[in-house]
Formats: sequence, structure tokens, C-alpha cells
Amino acid sequence: MNDLAIRVEGLGKQYRIGGEKNGYKTLRDTLSDAAMAPLRRAKKLLQRQAYGVGEMNESIWALQKVCFEVKWGEVVGIIGRNGAGKSTLLKILSRITEPTEGCAEIYGRIGSLLEVGTGFHPELTGRENIYLNGAILGMKKAEIECNLDEIVAFAEIEKFVDTPVKRYSSGMYVRLAFAVAAHLEPEILLVDEVLAVGDIAFQKKCLGKMGQVAKEGRTVLFVSHNMHAVRNLCARAVLLEEGAKAADGEVDDVVAVYLSGTQEQLEATVHLPPSKSEAPIVGRRLRFLGANGSPKSVFRIREKWQIVLEFELTEYLSHVIGAVGIRTVTGTPILTYWSTPKDLSPGSYFVEFSMEVPLKASRLSFVVGLSSNNNTFYYVEDVGNVTIVEVAEGKQPFRASGAGILVTECVSEIKRLDSP
Amino acid sequence: MVDATKVRDSIAAVHQESISGNIPSQNNGMRSANGAPLVLIRPTRGWVSLKLDELWEYRELLYFLTWRDIKVRYKQTVLGAGWAIIQPFFTMVVFSLFFGKLAKVPSDGIPYPIFAYAALVPWSFFANGLNQSSNSLVGNANLIKKVYFPRLVIPLSGVISGLVDFSLAFAVLLAMMLFYGIFPTINIIWLPFLLTLGFVTSLGVGLWLSAMNVQFRDVRYTVPFLVQFWLFATPIAYPSSLLAEPWRTLFGLNPMVGVVEGFRWALLGTDTAPGPIIVVSSLMALALLVGGAFYFRRMERTFADVV
Repeated sequence: MNDLAIRVEGLGKQYRIGGEKNGYKTLRDTLSDAAMAPLRRAKKLLQRQAYGVGEMNESIWALQKVCFEVKWGEVVGIIGRNGAGKSTLLKILSRITEPTEGCAEIYGRIGSLLEVGTGFHPELTGRENIYLNGAILGMKKAEIECNLDEIVAFAEIEKFVDTPVKRYSSGMYVRLAFAVAAHLEPEILLVDEVLAVGDIAFQKKCLGKMGQVAKEGRTVLFVSHNMHAVRNLCARAVLLEEGAKAADGEVDDVVAVYLSGTQEQLEATVHLPPSKSEAPIVGRRLRFLGANGSPKSVFRIREKWQIVLEFELTEYLSHVIGAVGIRTVTGTPILTYWSTPKDLSPGSYFVEFSMEVPLKASRLSFVVGLSSNNNTFYYVEDVGNVTIVEVAEGKQPFRASGAGILVTECVSEIKRLDSP
Repeated sequence: MVDATKVRDSIAAVHQESISGNIPSQNNGMRSANGAPLVLIRPTRGWVSLKLDELWEYRELLYFLTWRDIKVRYKQTVLGAGWAIIQPFFTMVVFSLFFGKLAKVPSDGIPYPIFAYAALVPWSFFANGLNQSSNSLVGNANLIKKVYFPRLVIPLSGVISGLVDFSLAFAVLLAMMLFYGIFPTINIIWLPFLLTLGFVTSLGVGLWLSAMNVQFRDVRYTVPFLVQFWLFATPIAYPSSLLAEPWRTLFGLNPMVGVVEGFRWALLGTDTAPGPIIVVSSLMALALLVGGAFYFRRMERTFADVV
């Protein structure tokens, strides 16, 4: 029992969502409705039905029957789609809002970071905001004083520490905000998607700091959409789906479950735009399939997958070639596949490219071309969106950024120069 | 920096406590004894405790929020803190013209301007505090939605920050007393108590209104009206000695009557010793504060969702 940091049992949160039954149409409607509102509200109040503003008659469960335990020193990622209940969970655990049912036990001093720069006041100087924000996040004055120089240095704002933050650039502002937050030192830390701040260099620094926090043996609950960050920081992940726990376990497995979820399947079929000019051959759809034929748009490194290009011919064409080019999202061509040429009569066709793309974790977009006798009749760029993810398989995960985009087999061994 | 070392010690103490509470121990008996969670989160219903100990724990946040309010209040204004003086002072000028000169309202034998101003100083403190605190929760919605702390801190800091304005206006009052050659009586020792009474009233009403304001934004439009109404329901432009006795004490149900008459009595030496009025006023103020605090705590659980 005693190595527990957090225990969540049957946690649920119900929100009332109010909505006007029919939207306002004209200014006159708006005005008359505003005029009648007090009467209706008073009637409701008498019937003890008013919950404040709006017609509060519908409710949703943002979170329902969620149970899990977190041990001391564990770093757990909370992942899930928008609206899955991640933020609600953190809000309950950080005591901002109360659960509707269930309970949670927290065995230590807790600090939460649902936003960077909460309570920053534009009129106050950087230094003053450090004190204010620190106090809001739960730091003691003495703690802030100890860390002041470090925070200023981390945020890289030494020269502007006595300037009101309203004169800061937005970059300086978020850097300062994160710097204060990063120096929060509770035993249990709840973090919600706050790493997406600043330029790339600063984001790296933030991730580094988070990693350091994780290594210090503190307990961290980390909500993020950035799967890369989740995999780097957390050993374990919990997947939430529509307010309920859908998976819990090793981070790579849970991330894989999440990525293979329905949201990604939607992107697995791309409808190609129609041709700009009258053309005898037109692309229809581009589909992405896993090795077993199921639609997917997220693949693991070295996973076998297929691109299916569907097209239509309106007249007989000889020597037809379908081509699919793979590019990075920034537009760098990586490689192109061509089908073997074939003479075709009018009708619908598809061509399948089965391959194992030797790419590292990346996001890909595609180029589609259709030609006959070396005349390109159909050509579109920047269609589709496929993600290659890094999921450790076996004992050799391919981990290293900036080491190029290709992954290939290579036999290498260290040998002694002076060996006999 | 004696304070800082104290704080550090207390941090160490908290740390020690939580560590000893959470390191797995070999002794099973110990384990169950120390295994209680530091924080238990569960739905609450109805009236809940005020958790004043927690409020005390967050006193530094209270300090910083108050400090922020004070620093920011008159930023980018030309007259700056002068506004703290201008408001009561010019109200006094208007009152003196219309009530003192034209309507010839009696002033307990004291020059009318200082008679009015001595009442307007605590009144401004009350009215500003009420204004600040009743809008404070809505104004700090971003904090409420993103960070946990005892919400009582917010309206509390709104009223406390008014003390700065009060002291500025009070300095002008002292200058005016010098000008009129009035020396404070020995009863001035009661002034802190009277100020506390004004503070309690302001906070008490502020707690009610701020909690209601979260759900019903009507409060925002009610407060200016309420303050104006209350101004005339308090003997500021006129003396409470206009009322005959049973009514005069009953008048004390408005706690500001006790405060205002008390200020005049302590500083200007009016012979209207507040006696029974102050007792009624104090009880009423206390009731407002306690009721307001419990109501606030009861509504607190919905703040983050509704605001």
C-alpha cells in the first residue's frame, strides 16, 4: 500500500451542458429573448431547476469509472483524443474541480501545471511575475528566491527581468512562463500539454527538463498529444477513450493502441481531387493499408504496408503507368514508385504498391501521377498523411534524432586493429 | 530574513512528514498507521468546513495576490494613487455643498466637511472592498480554472488591498483635522477595531456576492446600485442622532452605521458614543461574514465548472 503515490477509484465527472434549443436568428429575436429571459429564469428558479446561465438540461459524463494506481517514482503518460477526459482527470486530481462520483487518494505533496503562465500580469515586470506565478503554483517565497537566478537564466531573459512582461515578445513570455513552472518541485507533478511552447530549440530544452524531472524519481502524470514526448518521458501510459480507461500498460503498447484507433483510420482513405483539365484518366482514391489489409495511416518503422491508388479511365489508353511519390511533409522527395505499364480499356482500376519503407519516425505526404505513353494526364501533390512511428520492437529500438531519415540493415562490428 | 529561515524550516518539516508517511516500512502496524493519504478527493455535498488551516497555509499566495492588486491598480493612470483620495474627497465636497450648505443638514456640532469626510473614508474602504471582492472570482477565472488554492484567498485579497487606499485617504483626514484644529480623542485606540468591523462587513457581503456572481452575472450590475443605496442607508451625509432611540439602535443592523459613527466618535469626539449600535453592528457583521464564508465554501465546488 505504501509505495502508492496516487490511487484513483471509480472516478467520474458529469458536466451539464446547456444549449439554447434554437439559435437566435435576428436581432429582434435576440432582443425579445433577452427581455423575456428574466421571466423564464424566475419561473425556472421557482421550480428549482435553474443552474445559472443557459438552459442546463443535458449532461455528459466527461469521465466515468476510471480506476488506476500510480506508484512512487512512476512517470505515466495520459493519452487520448480530444475530449477523452484527460484534462478533466488532471483537473480533478489537482483539486480544481470535484468529481461527481468515486474518489482519489494522493499520498504526497502535489503540484499541477495545467497551463504555463497562469496569473501572469502584463503590467508587472518579469521578476514580479516570477514571484506571483511561483506563489500561484504553490511555491514558497523562500523557494522562489533560491531559484530566481536559475529561472531567469533558463528563460534567457536576463536583460529584461525588470521590464513589464507586456513588452516581451511572445517567445520571451512563454519561456519565462515555462521556466517558472519547470522549477516547481512537488513530490507528485501533474502536467498538461505545456511543452508545446516556444521555438524548437526551447521545446527541446523543455523536454530535457521534463526528462530530468522524471529521472529524479518524482512521480509525474503527463498529459500530451505528442506521442514522441510521451514515449521519451514515460514508461507507462494510460489511454482514455470517451471518459473511460481504454488501455493501461507499457508506453509503446498503449501508444500503438492509440495510434491504431479509429481517428487514424479515417485518414487512411484519401479522396483525390478531380483533374483540372479534361483528362481521359483521373485519380479517385488513395488508400493506405497495413500488411493484413486493414486501413491505417500510422505505421511502425519497417512495418510492411500498402498504398492503393484507385483511378478511372474514360477512353482506351496504352502504356498506362500509375505513380506514387513519397515526400516528407516539408516537401522533400524521398522516393517514387511506378507501376509496370499496361494497356487499359475504359473502366475503374487500382494499383497496389506493397513495400517496407525504410524510414525513421516521420510524417509523410504523397504525390500521385497517372500517365499514358509518357504524357502525364493527372498529377496532384501533397495528398494523404501517413505517420511512421518509432515503436521499440525487440531489443534494438531505432532511437536517435538528427541521424538521417533512413533505416537499413547494416552489419557492423568493432574489431581490434592489432588482432592477429 | 528571519522569516525566510522559518519558512524553509516549515518546508523541511512538511517534507519530512510526507516522506516518513510514504516510505514503505517493514512494520505492518506502522504501515497502516502512516498509510493515510495526504489528500483525499471525493465528491462533497451540502455545507462543508471552512478549512481555515489551509487558508493559513496559503498566506503567501494571499500576500502576493494582494500585492499584485495594489501594484496594478493605478498602473497607466495619470493621477495614480491620487484616485484613492479624489473619490472620497470630491464626494465630501459635493455633500458639503448640497447637504451641508443648501439643505443645512445638522452635523453634531462639527464643521460639515470633516463630518462627512470622516465617514466617507471608512465608507470608501468598505465600498471599494465590496466592489473588488464581488467581481474578484469572475475576474480571476483563469486562476480558478487552472490552479488549486483555497478560493477564499481571492475575495480576501480584494478587500485587503483596499487598505492602501484607506491609509492614503486617512492621511488626508488627519490633515483636515489639523486644518480644522480638531484633535482626536483617547477613543482613537478603538480605531483598529472599527476598521476591522468595516473590513469584516465588506468581506462578509463580498463573499456572498462573489460566490453568487459566478453563477449569476446579474450581481455585476447589482453591486453599483447596492453600494449607492447603502451609502444613503448609512449616516454619512447626515448624523444618526436624527433618529430617536429604539430606532437608532436598530439602525445598527446596518453594520456600516456602527463603523461610521464609531469613526466620528473616536476621531472627532462627537458625543454620540456608539454604545449599543456598535454591539448590534458587530453581531450583524459577524453573522454576514460567517454566513458568507460558509455559503462561499458551499458554492466553491462548482466555481471551476461554471465560471
